[in-house]
Amino acid sequence: MVTSVKKPPVLVVVQLAGGNDFMNTIVPFANPLYYDYRPTMGVKEDKVVKINDQVGFHPAAAPLKQFWDSGKMAIVQGIGYPGGSRSHFRSMYIWHTCEPVKISTEGWLGIVTKMLDPKKENVLTSVNFGRGLPQALVSKGVPVTSVGDLDNYGLMTGLTVEEQRMEALDRFKEMYAPAMGTGPVMDYLSETGNSVLQGAEIIKKAPEMYKSKVEYAGNEIARGLRDVARVHLADLGTRIFYVNHGGYDTHSNQAPMHQILLSDLTRAISDFFRDLRDHDAADNVTMLVFTEFGRRVADNGSGTDHGAGGGAFIIGDNVKGGFYAEYPSLKQPDLADGEDLKHTYDYRGMYASILEQVMGLDSVPIVNGKFEQLPIFK
Amino acid sequence: MPETEKAQIAHLLRRAGFGATQEELDEFTAMGYDATVRELVYPTPRALDEPDILQRYYLGNLPPDDHRFPGEDLLLRYYPDISRAEGGFVAKWLYRMLNSHDPLKERMALFCHQLFACGGSKAGHPRSNRRQIETFRRVGLTNLRTVLVEVSKDPAMIFWLDNNENHRVEPNENYGRELLELFSMGAGNYTEADVKASTQAFTGWTFDQPLVGTVYGKWPTKFVYHPEDHDDSEKTFLGETGRFNGEDIIDIICRQPATARFVARHLYNFFVADEPPVSAWSQLPPRNIEAIETLSEAYFSHRGEMRPLMHTLFTSDFFKEAMFQKVKSPTDLVAGLARIMGTFKEPEIGIGKHLNAMGSMGQTLMNPLTVEGWITGQGWIDGGTLNERVNYAVNEIADTSVPGTQDLIDRLGTDGESVSLERFVDLCLEHAGLSTVSKETRAGLLSHAHAGGPIKFRSAADRAMSETRVGKMLQLVVSAREYQFY
Repeated sequence: MVTSVKKPPVLVVVQLAGGNDFMNTIVPFANPLYYDYRPTMGVKEDKVVKINDQVGFHPAAAPLKQFWDSGKMAIVQGIGYPGGSRSHFRSMYIWHTCEPVKISTEGWLGIVTKMLDPKKENVLTSVNFGRGLPQALVSKGVPVTSVGDLDNYGLMTGLTVEEQRMEALDRFKEMYAPAMGTGPVMDYLSETGNSVLQGAEIIKKAPEMYKSKVEYAGNEIARGLRDVARVHLADLGTRIFYVNHGGYDTHSNQAPMHQILLSDLTRAISDFFRDLRDHDAADNVTMLVFTEFGRRVADNGSGTDHGAGGGAFIIGDNVKGGFYAEYPSLKQPDLADGEDLKHTYDYRGMYASILEQVMGLDSVPIVNGKFEQLPIFK
Repeated sequence: MPETEKAQIAHLLRRAGFGATQEELDEFTAMGYDATVRELVYPTPRALDEPDILQRYYLGNLPPDDHRFPGEDLLLRYYPDISRAEGGFVAKWLYRMLNSHDPLKERMALFCHQLFACGGSKAGHPRSNRRQIETFRRVGLTNLRTVLVEVSKDPAMIFWLDNNENHRVEPNENYGRELLELFSMGAGNYTEADVKASTQAFTGWTFDQPLVGTVYGKWPTKFVYHPEDHDDSEKTFLGETGRFNGEDIIDIICRQPATARFVARHLYNFFVADEPPVSAWSQLPPRNIEAIETLSEAYFSHRGEMRPLMHTLFTSDFFKEAMFQKVKSPTDLVAGLARIMGTFKEPEIGIGKHLNAMGSMGQTLMNPLTVEGWITGQGWIDGGTLNERVNYAVNEIADTSVPGTQDLIDRLGTDGESVSLERFVDLCLEHAGLSTVSKETRAGLLSHAHAGGPIKFRSAADRAMSETRVGKMLQLVVSAREYQFY
């Protein structure tokens, strides 16, 4: 019997939609300029969960400290791309497709899915939880499973007579037979229908097999990460998981909103890794937490407007914990357009670091070029 | 596909309204295509077709002015759950979509809701959100300037995009930006300096803070302008300079060719054929540039009036040629199925389940997740939502006792004592509004028909058996790929 088979790496991507305020997540409390810019939105120094003499976590992000202290969390600072877009939708599209200038229809994780499973042997190679497939996972002809409700995922489940259900599923299969050339959306429907047909029968094992001592909270991100845990623990060969956490567009009422968001997010991440560790299934999992942009340096009195220079977290047993890239300067002359954090590092380099150092893939065709990698991983 | 006038009218009624019954279709076919367009765009005034009973079933009524409607107060005080149980205003809106004699009004309201996407979950003030839909119903077919002014003064929108936090000394860019990016011109047609000027111009545009909610509802709110909080300094916006207020900004916006093209593209995407997501529009050219040109010209020649613009759209060749070029939204799927089945012709309990189903398919009306609105077209479909769509339609159509299915069975029975299996499949497809399907789909349906043997109408027992067969055939029809298009 083989005693040690190296488990294939698994990437969990957590998308913070709306533009997370990096300055109020990793707070530069020792910099007096921070409090000048943030008279109402600044997080008070005595509340900050300090991680060195310069910066610390927002108090609601305290659950992340365990990862930091055990050296399993990388904080990538000052991330952006040339000509940062302040449009949520454009900026998210840029992060999803690795194309800051032109429009690409290929999502970076769609290409990854194709590389990991070129023969399309497993429709569960990449799984998204949520309603609406993120562009990051879209690539023509690449099946990706998207699950709105894991406990009720399955076609024709209303047909209670099993024989009739099987017949209906057979007809469904015939009707969704690939008929290339009938139009891109029709082709896509065929692929999607077939993915559901194959995926549902396999994935429905996951909730049946799952047992855990961890009690997740009832919010969106906790449910999402619990679903990731359930499928990961069922060992169905999924390599990419994607979940969305929305609500970060805090133009107003930011203080209480951001508190809830960060608290929900970081508790869910903490519960998720505890769940995996309890099942001895954490060591091959890398989590990337990203957002489309940071927010304006100066607050607007009750919140913050769209800015640049965001940040990302990478968490996992394989991570060499620490800060990567530079926290952008807060000095007025150093700001982009006089009001935004200037990015110090290109997001595509961070993708490349994950792809090359963890997933063992050639990053160039995925991120569309060569970008500076960071030595984030052991 | 035979482009008969009847098929084109059916297409028109699916896009300008929410589909038609066979009866309505025959009526309009007798009138002809052009007369049907006129009737949709300039409807004959009719008596209000909203019975009082609608209010009793769905509530969510809006008082005629800003005072509370006493009946509603009292009902809600005694039965606080009554409106929630049946979806309240959204239920009423869906009911109107199914039954209105002025369907384009409901369509335009839905168009406005998609374009000026505003989510109720943030506000937690349903009274403002349903007032916004009423505003869209009222102004959707007036003039783009009117629509933009009303949107900018709408309390639900002001709260959703934080304009109540946009102050002279502390500007908040959320509304100033999205007005340009998502509501009128589109990314790439203005600068960051224009965003700031637009933001300044809308300072002081806010609403009366409503009193806190009471046990039986919430108080209404309304637009107010606070001149002391307005930044009246000189601004430069899209090359023009002046001490602009919000309405001046909208005037300038409405004069831009970019605005005409952006609105034209939205109309095309919503009424004609699917386009890629709005965020890609600055990079990807329109699917049909000539159509956008035609609509832009109509926009300027009719000075932003929406009715003549819609008339131009519905009478154009590009519209007539676009049958089955759109993926049904969850609203269209649910409304279309109710039309086929002939349900909800009168207010009935049970509509809430359909609203929940739309949510599972990715469209919770009055609560889009972001200001970008829903990603339409292919964006409606992923594994999870397709799963929900298929299961919903299959489960719904299983009930063969509904009037629509009974009609279909009657029509099958008029063929004589037995019906050919080809004819059986064709009639079921036609009933579901599908005129042509791929050979794979047809083969799938036919093999199902063959497996069940002949369809007979010699006896009552035959009819009962045929009814079961029709139910199962319709279940397959609504799970076909083609059924996702309209």
